[in-house]
Amino acid sequence: MNFETVIGLEVHVELKTNTKIFSSAPAHFGAEPNANIHITDLAYPGVMPVLNKSVVDFGMKAAMALNCDIADIMHFDRKHYTYPDNPKAYQISQEDRPIGTKGWVEIEVDGKKKKIRLNRIHLEEDAGKLTHTENGYSLVDLNRQGTPLIEIVSEADIRSPEEAYAFLEKLKAIVEYTGVSDCRMEEGSLRCDANVSLRPFGQEEFGTKTELKNLNSFNFVRRGLIYEVERQEKVLLSGGVIEQETRRYDEATGKTVLMRVKGEADDYRFINDPDLPEIHIDEDWKSRIRAEIPELPDARKERYMNDLDLPAYDAMVLTLTKEMSDFFDATVEAGADAKLASNWLMGEVSAYMNAEQKELSETALTPEGLASMVKLLKDGTISSKIAKKVFKELIEKGGNAAEIVKAKGLVQISDDATLRKMVTETLDANPQSIADYKDGKGRALGFLVGQIMKASKGQANPQLVNKILLEEVEKR
Amino acid sequence: MTLFSKTAAELQSLLHNKEVSVKDLTEESFARIAKTDDDVQAFLALDEKQALQRAEQLDKEPMDGRGPLFGLPIGIKDNIVTKGLETTAASRMLENFVPVFDATVVEKINNAGMVSVGKLNLDEFAMGSTTESSAFRTTRNPWNLDHVPGGSSGGSAAAVAAGEVPFALGTDTGGSIRQPAAFCGVVGMKPTYGRVSRLGVIPMAASLDQVGPITRNVTDNALLLSAIAGVDPKDSSSSAKEVLDYQKHLTGDIKGMKIGVPKEYLGEGVAEETKNAVQEALKVLESLGAEVEEVSLPHATYALPTYYFICASEASSGLARYDGIRYGHRTEHAQNLDELYRKSRAEGFGEEVKKRILLGTYTLSAAHYESVYKKAQKVRRLVAQDFANVFAKYDVIIGPTAPTTAYKIGDTSIDIATKNASDLLTTSVNLAGVPAISVPCGFSNGLPLGLQVIGNHFDEATVYKVAHAYEQATEFHTRTPAIWEGK
Repeated sequence: MNFETVIGLEVHVELKTNTKIFSSAPAHFGAEPNANIHITDLAYPGVMPVLNKSVVDFGMKAAMALNCDIADIMHFDRKHYTYPDNPKAYQISQEDRPIGTKGWVEIEVDGKKKKIRLNRIHLEEDAGKLTHTENGYSLVDLNRQGTPLIEIVSEADIRSPEEAYAFLEKLKAIVEYTGVSDCRMEEGSLRCDANVSLRPFGQEEFGTKTELKNLNSFNFVRRGLIYEVERQEKVLLSGGVIEQETRRYDEATGKTVLMRVKGEADDYRFINDPDLPEIHIDEDWKSRIRAEIPELPDARKERYMNDLDLPAYDAMVLTLTKEMSDFFDATVEAGADAKLASNWLMGEVSAYMNAEQKELSETALTPEGLASMVKLLKDGTISSKIAKKVFKELIEKGGNAAEIVKAKGLVQISDDATLRKMVTETLDANPQSIADYKDGKGRALGFLVGQIMKASKGQANPQLVNKILLEEVEKR
Repeated sequence: MTLFSKTAAELQSLLHNKEVSVKDLTEESFARIAKTDDDVQAFLALDEKQALQRAEQLDKEPMDGRGPLFGLPIGIKDNIVTKGLETTAASRMLENFVPVFDATVVEKINNAGMVSVGKLNLDEFAMGSTTESSAFRTTRNPWNLDHVPGGSSGGSAAAVAAGEVPFALGTDTGGSIRQPAAFCGVVGMKPTYGRVSRLGVIPMAASLDQVGPITRNVTDNALLLSAIAGVDPKDSSSSAKEVLDYQKHLTGDIKGMKIGVPKEYLGEGVAEETKNAVQEALKVLESLGAEVEEVSLPHATYALPTYYFICASEASSGLARYDGIRYGHRTEHAQNLDELYRKSRAEGFGEEVKKRILLGTYTLSAAHYESVYKKAQKVRRLVAQDFANVFAKYDVIIGPTAPTTAYKIGDTSIDIATKNASDLLTTSVNLAGVPAISVPCGFSNGLPLGLQVIGNHFDEATVYKVAHAYEQATEFHTRTPAIWEGK
């Protein structure tokens, strides 16, 4: 029997507003425990939530970028559950009238494009954080309590772990482009839960799903889903049934383990929040936000392919993050050849960022710096070998390639007379190599080139050295 | 006799002429409390030292620029938070709880130059109509100490009726200002929902709660509402509608005004003496030139279950935060988190509160949400529509505030028809969100009766105008209980 995989994702994204969604406390990552809190966050008797309007702006921007219909009227609901990370014992969320509905994200897997529909995007507040200590006590940190979130709920349109990965990558890119979130999974500003089920091909009805939690990177999402699909398949093939349950992905083993069985559905006792009146979103408000949405990754990708003649792969990689894409745009703007700039960004620059675990903005490299180097490379002033030296300087200390080249005397030697003198001297010193070459041993030529480059301290133009060497060796 | 038999205006002129000081008025309040509150039991906490200090400071302020409430003592219902002063909501759950901020209404009475003397008893978390569910004491009716003062703002109404303070703040979720005002023979106003900020008011049901003034006469009541009303950026449910100087509307002229009397308000469960008092009041109003006609609020009887379900649902939500973790009562007998929750709440909450939390939780559970909660919301709209229909043709609606006079303390024999009539008369006003006042309209066996005047949304001015015209044509508000004379 052959099964079709059905996946739906729920993605929480923290919005980087200055203050929290319902209080004036700062909404920043990384402060001392319980430093960023207001009595509202502590749910003291008599406190009331006041909506931070910029949360609506941010949420609307993300929802628009993800092709959602924006509500004309929305409101907030209380979702009740009792836990120390949730001081009011209800989370303020949006149940029946979310800010955005019916969006979509287009993904591409194995060259095939596909639209994944979004059921809804709603605004809500994040909960605090609990740290369980070894002595049996739990410590409550409410810094995160009230941090604004959007929850993005996809339809069950995803058909493979690879599609799930592509969906998340695209979703992250789009949201990050709008500037409303950093989308850093390692800081928890992007979190993902996955629902997965199997059904026989051709069957309309969905199978029983399991929910996967603790998926702390896109790779873990993919691996967790791969494992879970296999697990469900084995259960079904052996005649078993899938229980509706929540499973935790274990990073160490790559397996999913049972957290809890969902007996009856969780009862959150939703209630319209009387403390927060309906929000009416008029056309002016919508237009203002729409005008703030920058060029999104797909549009950029198209532009790179059509206007800059970049291969599809380059265009895709460069547009994965706004930072990289903005950097590329600025480099080209500064006069660099697009393909060369792309090669360097995808190659040496990315390799350096990975090796040093640094963001592009944390390096000393500037678009002008990179462009200055690409220009020298393109016009033959420096060889790619020298370029690597210059690059190291640029990314570690910054500056301009022309100045580095000048200061370090790294200009490529392309003068015919100078090179011919070097070639002649090298030939004079290596009669045996000439003899070998004449005997048909092509390798000897490589040795000679090496000797010449060495003598020039790598500054000789390799193409010209080759050409002159051939001419001179034929004369002998 | 006390200084507090005088109106705010009369007290202002005494202050102006330096016949009394703010300190004198403050001391008078504490003296009255010392004399009568052992009997009445209206106050849960007194703030004597702070109040006297403040009074001395206020006395130094120039006469010019003092408002109409300057220097006058006021008591605050104990479900309104006061910075640095214990606020308990009459619950063990919040015993000894000291808030870190002032409710917006407290800021406003401070800005008006009033002197807060202390915190007033109520039914636990405002759930009840007698103050008997208070975890700390039952307040007694100053007109007859064997009777309840009504509730939940029973402490507020009793303190004013006993002459302990000339002003008090109450809260009204389903009649909690108006009913005790009627039982205690004072004036109590529940403003339009959104007229007064709820920030710092410990909620019972957030879509119904409203703070309002309790005073000895309509004019003083209007002055206090003008002082506490208005939009609050920290309460998103407060209205930006302009606050009127209500006192200017107290012209006594109600000629041609159209008064609707709902037949449902004078039905089963309403005592004969109450009906008679209302009829007499209507005659007075007619004699002043108003036109009185019978009207109908056809969904009034459905208001009862609707109110219970909505109120309990919101109460269960609002009270969920009392978990013994950040503040409030925490059990000493918990081994784990679940026990901490269960025992802290079991020990901290009283029976009435637990009942309502249970009902509300049940109502909101997935199995009953559609059939109960959603339906209640729909009926609520119908109830509101009833009022809108009447207000399309009438200026105010008039009926009794309560079906009977105040019950005896501990009386468990009150029949269901009386209880139903009692809720029918007051709760639909909260469901619709409209303003309503109770003014004294007679006595029966030495206990006061109240007349309820209901107005359209944000039309407190008309409510006050009618109530004031009636008050000026009658003498009930001038009577004082025997306790004023020291007995």
